[in-house]
Amino acid sequence: MTDATAVAPTSEPPLSGVRMSFAWLGVVPFLLFALLALILPTLEIVIGSFTDQNGGFTLANIANLFQPSILDAYWISIRISLASAFLGCLFGFLIAVAVGLGGLPPWMRSPILTFSGVASNFAGIPLAFAFLATLGRLGFVTVILRDWFGINIYTLGFNLLSFSGLTITYLFFQIPLMVLIVMPAVDGLRREWREAADILGASSFQYWRMVAIPILWPSLLGTFALLFANSFGAVATAYALTGSSLSIVPILLFAQIRGDVLQDPHLGYALAFGMIVVTGIANGIYIWLRIRSERWLK
Amino acid sequence: MAFLEIRNIQKSFGAAQVVRDFNLDVESGEFVSFLGPSGCGKTTVLRIVAGFEEPSSGSITIGGHEVTRLKPNQRDIGMVFQAYALFPNMTVAQNIAFGLKVARASQAEIGERVRAMLALIKLPELGDRYPYQLSGGQQQRVALARALAPRPKLLLLDEPLSALDAKVRVALRQEIRAIQKELGITTIFVTHDQEEALSISDRIVVMYGGKAEQVGTPFEVYNRPATRFVANFVGTLNVLEGTVTDAAGGIVEVQAEKVALKGKLNGARTGDRLSLALRPEAIALGRRPGYDSSLKGRIAEVHFLGSVIRVRVELGETVVSLDTFNSPSSPPPAVGDTAEISFSSADVSILQ
Amino acid sequence: MKRNSLWSWIVLVLAVLYFALPLIGTFEFSLKMRRGVYSLDAYRVVLSDPRFQSTFLYSVTMALCTIVLGIVIVVPTAYWVRLKLPRWRPIIEFITLLPLVIPPIVVVFGYIRLYNTSSWLPLTGSAWGTNVLLAFGYATLALPYMYRAVDTGLRAIDVATLTEAAQSLGASWFTIMGRVILPNVSVAVMSGAFLTFAIVIGEFVMAALLSRPAFGPYMQLLGANRAYEPAALAVIAFAITWLCMGLIQLVSRFSKASPARI
Repeated sequence: MTDATAVAPTSEPPLSGVRMSFAWLGVVPFLLFALLALILPTLEIVIGSFTDQNGGFTLANIANLFQPSILDAYWISIRISLASAFLGCLFGFLIAVAVGLGGLPPWMRSPILTFSGVASNFAGIPLAFAFLATLGRLGFVTVILRDWFGINIYTLGFNLLSFSGLTITYLFFQIPLMVLIVMPAVDGLRREWREAADILGASSFQYWRMVAIPILWPSLLGTFALLFANSFGAVATAYALTGSSLSIVPILLFAQIRGDVLQDPHLGYALAFGMIVVTGIANGIYIWLRIRSERWLK
Repeated sequence: MAFLEIRNIQKSFGAAQVVRDFNLDVESGEFVSFLGPSGCGKTTVLRIVAGFEEPSSGSITIGGHEVTRLKPNQRDIGMVFQAYALFPNMTVAQNIAFGLKVARASQAEIGERVRAMLALIKLPELGDRYPYQLSGGQQQRVALARALAPRPKLLLLDEPLSALDAKVRVALRQEIRAIQKELGITTIFVTHDQEEALSISDRIVVMYGGKAEQVGTPFEVYNRPATRFVANFVGTLNVLEGTVTDAAGGIVEVQAEKVALKGKLNGARTGDRLSLALRPEAIALGRRPGYDSSLKGRIAEVHFLGSVIRVRVELGETVVSLDTFNSPSSPPPAVGDTAEISFSSADVSILQ
Repeated sequence: MKRNSLWSWIVLVLAVLYFALPLIGTFEFSLKMRRGVYSLDAYRVVLSDPRFQSTFLYSVTMALCTIVLGIVIVVPTAYWVRLKLPRWRPIIEFITLLPLVIPPIVVVFGYIRLYNTSSWLPLTGSAWGTNVLLAFGYATLALPYMYRAVDTGLRAIDVATLTEAAQSLGASWFTIMGRVILPNVSVAVMSGAFLTFAIVIGEFVMAALLSRPAFGPYMQLLGANRAYEPAALAVIAFAITWLCMGLIQLVSRFSKASPARI
């Protein structure tokens, strides 16, 4: 059906000419800083990992990474990072949902988020001390479990200075980090989606399975990747807990740099390069998934 | 027994009473609109019918079954939301299929039904698109299809057109009404736009302050408003103050002119003050055969609106609006001219 | 909408247990220095230790320098990008996120290799040079948070219009920066500053590998040798971090522009 009404055409104003501008000079200080403080040092490492004693190109350093002790170190680092990232994701997500959607009193939200901010920064040495004082051989909880419940966790094989101990300790900053990052996504779950699912007959479980989790999935996966990278690069906590005894990659690297171990210095470069590759990939995944999830929540 | 019975619904949020003693019977297949300004409680009543809010007291009965205690997912109701609420992670087809999937219908049934729904909303090729790829109007149509796919007993629409452009709004409201008629589904439509309500409803419930001010057909609500609020909210209303000079003869004096209003005085006595209400289209500029009353005044404003010219005439302290059609061969009236307006006393309503 | 909030409470209780126990445990442990009775001896020992005071002072000073460095680099840049170079934003943002990708240990390793005594910028040769290096390292660590805080703060005020208004009244760039922009993003800047402070105080890797007398290495040393003092230190460190966060909240609440949620 055609309309007998006519519409007046609109015209756009012409684009103003692009002038040569020196505005980019304004970011020179920043770029200089980034170059000197971050990019050049990193490049130095990357290049160094492909350089041999005489300055020529070589893949020997990277090849050196494939010794059993070093592969073990990477493997245990990856395992700890996977475990703490997975558990951090899971528990952090449950907490975020409890706070954002779960019917807790609204005044609780702010203190919980503030505490998450504090706890996610409470890494490093003090955290190690805290867990030593709690789950160490003479720790608060160890003693309570032994004296009140008759459970001696150390005879049962638990050791704070091990894979499981480190994972439990890392969770102290991984979980809050997850809560902080995933909270906006949980808030972004619009009430109408829940109501629409309800009125169409869906149970709570069906809503979560068919609507909420799929919508949150990119965020969850992406934050998992971020937590993985975060854990992989953490040095201080592990060092304070285990000295140099637990061989995770950052500790190895730390020892290399310190010169505690008499080895080929270029191995250090390779170790560092390996770390960058792992954290780089993990972060790349995070960014890609973030972009995808933002497209849906428009 | 009506299909939908809403009885004695009250709802308070804390100290604020948002719905007061709301009662309504809706027949099967009827299209009823809840019309009112924001905050009047219309959406709250709708949400109570849907099950998203619990009433402080009262009951809802659908098809003979009381549903007041049931959860929303047990009530077999379809709902369309103002913000579309399409699931962003699913295609159009998957969205429409959602209610059927949840009810564990077979793949074949689902496919069949989705195709039928897409045809109903006239978007047969958009099944594989995602919501963010659709326009607002298209999204709302998909939302309608999604609500209707599981064959609910009742359809609720919560200001579905408010977020859309004016042209789309007009076209879509006709479509909604056409689909509703075709399916014969009992429908409640919440809106604050009186033109919308007037043009597509079987009956309108005008609400204000948590109460139903009037329930009636569009014609009744517009031409015989029960209260001052209804008269003001629905359409433009001119109100003239007058004094009864002869109660028995039904004469009211307005602006020193006498208006005969036999049979409408409703027990008012001589000396009482009354408010007379007139629609703009019921007033003519100049004398008109058949219009038995007239008043003199001065033209205060002339608004040329295209096909309609709205003239505002000063009568003493009051200003009345009257509408007259554009006439291509004669110019509009001039501001400042004296004018006489005329109307039929039969068109006058007395306001409480 | 009445929703069953039972499981939320369960989650909350479990979470509180997990997070509170270590803190309680640490605090309890720190009070056990004197055999048989709770006392603040550990705190007294720690606080009166001259090494505590000197390393703490060093770290506080470094933190302040880092904050100033951060502000000087980040605020003008964020402002300039918003105003004149919107197309550079993705690049700049990417750079500010690099410190989250490249582990700090790698960065400081790079410093040692690049700026050692036989290189073109021999910073590690002197104490003063190494301090500068450390400050740069800290600023890099804090960069993502500082930039994000300031950028969000700038987004809340209409930078372009404010600048034009100031220019039409004859203000120089310096004046605009100091009198117009900074005061309006002071809340965001302070959030970034407190966060930087918290990061620097507890930092270990960079300070240790550059052999600077900072608080982090001091804590680690104490932990290797003593029993109760580390617990007291942990409590002190946690209290400081909490204080910083609390100040951020306080400062955001007093802002007139809508506060940024980090």
